[in-house]
Amino acid sequence: MSQSNRISGGQIDRSKTFRFTFDGHTYTGHPGDTLASALLANGVRLMGRSFKYHRPRGPISAGSEEPNALVHLRSGARQEPNTRATVAELFDGLEATSQNAWPSLKLDAMAINDRLNSFFTAGFYYKTFMWPAAFWEKVYEPIIRRAAGLGALSKEEDPDEYDKGFLHCDLLVIGAGPAGLMAALTAGRAGARVVLADEDFRMGGRLNAETHEVGGQAGADWAAGVVAELAAMSNVRLMTRTTIVGAFDHGIYSAVERVSDHLAVPMAGKPRQTLWRIYSKRAILAGGATERPIAFENNDRPGIMLAGALRAYANRWGVAAGDRVAVFTNNDDGLRTAKDLQAKGVDVAAVIDSREGGDLLPGIRHLQGTQVIDSSGGLGLKSVTVRLANGKTETISCTALGVSGGWNPNVNITSHHRSRPEWREDIAAFVPGTGGPAGLTAAGAANGALSTHGALLTGQAQAIAALTDLGLTAKAANLPKAEDAPIAISPLWYVHEGKGRAWIDQQNDVTVKDVKLAHKENFTSVEHLKRYTTLGMATDQGKTGNVLGIAVMAELTGQSIPATGTTIYRPPYTPVAMGTLAGRSRGKEFKPFRLTPSHKWAAEQGAIFVEVGNWLRTQWVPKPGETTWRESVDREVLATRRLVGICDVTTLGKIDIQGTDAGAFLDKVYANTFSTLAVGKCRYGLMLREDGMVFDDGTTARMGEHEFVMTTTTANAVTVFRHLEYCRQCLWPDMDVQIISTTEAWAQFSVAGPNARKLLQKIVDQDISDAAFPYMGAGNITVQGLRGRLFRISFSGELAYEIAVPTRYGDAMIRKLMEAGAEFDAIVYGTEALGVMRIEKGHVAGGELNGQSTALNMGLGKMVSKKKDSIGMVLSQREGMNQPDGYRLVGVKPVDPKATISAGSHFMEIGAPVELASDGGWLTSKVYSPHLGSDIALGYLKAGDQKIGRRMRAVNFLTKTDTEVEIVSPHFFDPEGERLRG
Amino acid sequence: MIINHPILGPRDAQEFVYLGDANLINRPDGMTAGIEVFHDYLYNRDNPAGEHRELWYHEQGDRSWLVVTRNTVTHEILKVEMARDVAKAQGRSK
Repeated sequence: MSQSNRISGGQIDRSKTFRFTFDGHTYTGHPGDTLASALLANGVRLMGRSFKYHRPRGPISAGSEEPNALVHLRSGARQEPNTRATVAELFDGLEATSQNAWPSLKLDAMAINDRLNSFFTAGFYYKTFMWPAAFWEKVYEPIIRRAAGLGALSKEEDPDEYDKGFLHCDLLVIGAGPAGLMAALTAGRAGARVVLADEDFRMGGRLNAETHEVGGQAGADWAAGVVAELAAMSNVRLMTRTTIVGAFDHGIYSAVERVSDHLAVPMAGKPRQTLWRIYSKRAILAGGATERPIAFENNDRPGIMLAGALRAYANRWGVAAGDRVAVFTNNDDGLRTAKDLQAKGVDVAAVIDSREGGDLLPGIRHLQGTQVIDSSGGLGLKSVTVRLANGKTETISCTALGVSGGWNPNVNITSHHRSRPEWREDIAAFVPGTGGPAGLTAAGAANGALSTHGALLTGQAQAIAALTDLGLTAKAANLPKAEDAPIAISPLWYVHEGKGRAWIDQQNDVTVKDVKLAHKENFTSVEHLKRYTTLGMATDQGKTGNVLGIAVMAELTGQSIPATGTTIYRPPYTPVAMGTLAGRSRGKEFKPFRLTPSHKWAAEQGAIFVEVGNWLRTQWVPKPGETTWRESVDREVLATRRLVGICDVTTLGKIDIQGTDAGAFLDKVYANTFSTLAVGKCRYGLMLREDGMVFDDGTTARMGEHEFVMTTTTANAVTVFRHLEYCRQCLWPDMDVQIISTTEAWAQFSVAGPNARKLLQKIVDQDISDAAFPYMGAGNITVQGLRGRLFRISFSGELAYEIAVPTRYGDAMIRKLMEAGAEFDAIVYGTEALGVMRIEKGHVAGGELNGQSTALNMGLGKMVSKKKDSIGMVLSQREGMNQPDGYRLVGVKPVDPKATISAGSHFMEIGAPVELASDGGWLTSKVYSPHLGSDIALGYLKAGDQKIGRRMRAVNFLTKTDTEVEIVSPHFFDPEGERLRG
Repeated sequence: MIINHPILGPRDAQEFVYLGDANLINRPDGMTAGIEVFHDYLYNRDNPAGEHRELWYHEQGDRSWLVVTRNTVTHEILKVEMARDVAKAQGRSK
């Protein structure tokens, strides 16, 4: 296939040829092409179908503002939907397919919507899918979902990597057109740290698309020279293919660098895209301007594009978008398109200029005081109908039409902090308003300086101003000579003639008629207009259509455009792939696991692990022949209670607390008293929040007069530490108390069961007999010479110790314990067995420590000392939290031992109707107790302490169980605690 | 956002944990103040559109609690102090 529309010139490398496919057809292009320029070079104008009406569409732009030419790029797992062909860089072997069309782009069945357009007006969804309500979920939603969206996801795992990066600079320059290059050059020469970012793969901005001279050379050559000078500066970082997508607080900008999008497959070790976080002291927005169309009947046919885009394809890519072109303009910039194309030898049929008077273009049919009122051509433009100044109409045949309705400065980023753009009458466009992101100024076309000279001048001036602000000195160099022509616009927003549809927002199929309907139905505010018609709500954020829509509304309401106002923009400036935001946080890296010191050993034993917060803990360790988890857990419980069991409890939070006020400090943060605790002893502590609810619990040991070791739950290790720092720094700043988290420093194991002491005595160097190391004792020990800590505490209710050694000895320790325990048939038990034994003992844990429960609810009300001030003490005395019929912790077991009960069940009186009013509380935790031979549970029951011995029902709609239960003491096993004192 | 830590210099706000109104420093004495006073302390807050003094914790850093004076409308940070210094200046001790 020849490149029939390729003309001379342009910044493409004709010495190399790329082959690529679109919808299965093979075409050729060159390095430097975009997919859109290459397709246009091959005479392909039809590239997509519109969202709602499935109208045939071609590109209207040559940049990131493109609403129409959206395609699937690549295939298989790398297929990416909604890629704008106008910015997709061509590479050899590129595969693209059309989207939102079936069975084919040329013959799209859904184009029937175009015939039914009178139904699909503004507010269509609101009006159509209202009744009956029963249809919302079952009928309407599936229909809408099937019809919605443009491209399709591959639904395969993305094989590429995405990265995140961080940059710091004095000055961030956004956009590398004449203004941005001049700003970067000024700042770079002054020695400032500069980041210059541009979304294009070639810096230069509009200079690449124009024939203007800058400093006596071609604009593109001047730009290349500046880029070369900047590239040689070590203080300047040039970032092409990098879009600044958002402005955040304090000079932080986010940027997406398309590192490998221009390659078929990323180079080894390179990410597909990188999300940058750029910290800047000052920033200059030099993002240029976007041309806007003029709406007229059937203005959306492939071949009709923005005049500046038509010119860009000719000048930058050597492509005539049509063999015979026309221009429709309301300003002088549009005339440049006609001049440039004619200079390139393209047949220019006419310039349809809505203005009257002024100079006529030489050698071109320049029709002043005229308007395009309609177009024809099924899958591409064939002709336009023009209303001439004399009132007659004329049909002018052409295959491309360039339309220019003026240029809108790209103010988007300046309104990311809700600054509202302001209207400038002389250029008929919005420019950045006040109150934009601090430290950000705009230069060049982005600030309304639409000439090349204006861009160079303001780029330099803003850079000098920014650097002066930072205390740096920058010199104003002589500016290169450049054109400084005014745009000479006479606003024309839409052609009033004609009854058909005239498109404003091509991506969302919003027409002048829709705006008129919104006006008729009184949705006249710009915010209502946007939401009612979906104007500007597509992936292009209305870059070409918004101002047009607002202007039409202004005309209808008889208000000025500034009085009508404008909607503002949010990040991102252009669409960002989810994978880019996720970066490397996928799969295992999304949430890395913390491994316990015995993990390696446990894995060798075939242990089953469970996620506990960030930790992986041993859940149970199956033995050969065990086929269900219950077999393993029952065995672990029975063996521990009968012989001895070992459990890794390293995950519990450990905090060292030291200082002369350490005891007094603990009295403040615990509801019970610690200052009276003897050295070498442990105590169970209950920590409240200031609102009186239980925050956390654990045992804290006094290792010395001014030295305590606090234990927290696994879940609250971080938040308790944060809370202690808060108490220490904000509430009692003069207390002599220092804290440090030692959770990671110690590998800690619980050794529980009748043989626990015998086992430990084999490896602990000191005497740990009951006399030397009594119940609730604590102390520093050595384990065959290795420093360690021993606590005689028990969660299981057995004779038990927790022994700690430095973490790096944790793996050796579990092996040593198992070796020493072999003669006692020691086993390792996991979190399931731990849960069984703590419920058998009535200890509270996660299900009970739910943030909504008081000490009184847990049966621990007496622990809250009123003799001293502690966090939560006062508010725990509130009347509502001390009702005699409030929730109390109870034990629960089924009347029939074979019956099952489930956590989350609600207590009901027998015979009471199963309804909310009968709700007496709920089961918080449930296990199977091998000792009692039945399910047992803990729960919060209203006035539970007065209902011991009573029979009730435990009802659970979720598990569909309804079991008769007996309310019992929460202490199921060894209620007197004889075993743990043994 | 960037918080200019009095000791560590400018740090990204992602390193911090936010708590809320810096008036939390003015905790009443539980042995003399009653439920009403504590209730007011714990639950009643101003919600200004403008300057706000608030507590931030440098959890991914040096564990300092800071009092940050921030404009809630513009996010401009006007002042950053060590919470310990503020607490002492407000008469808190042991």
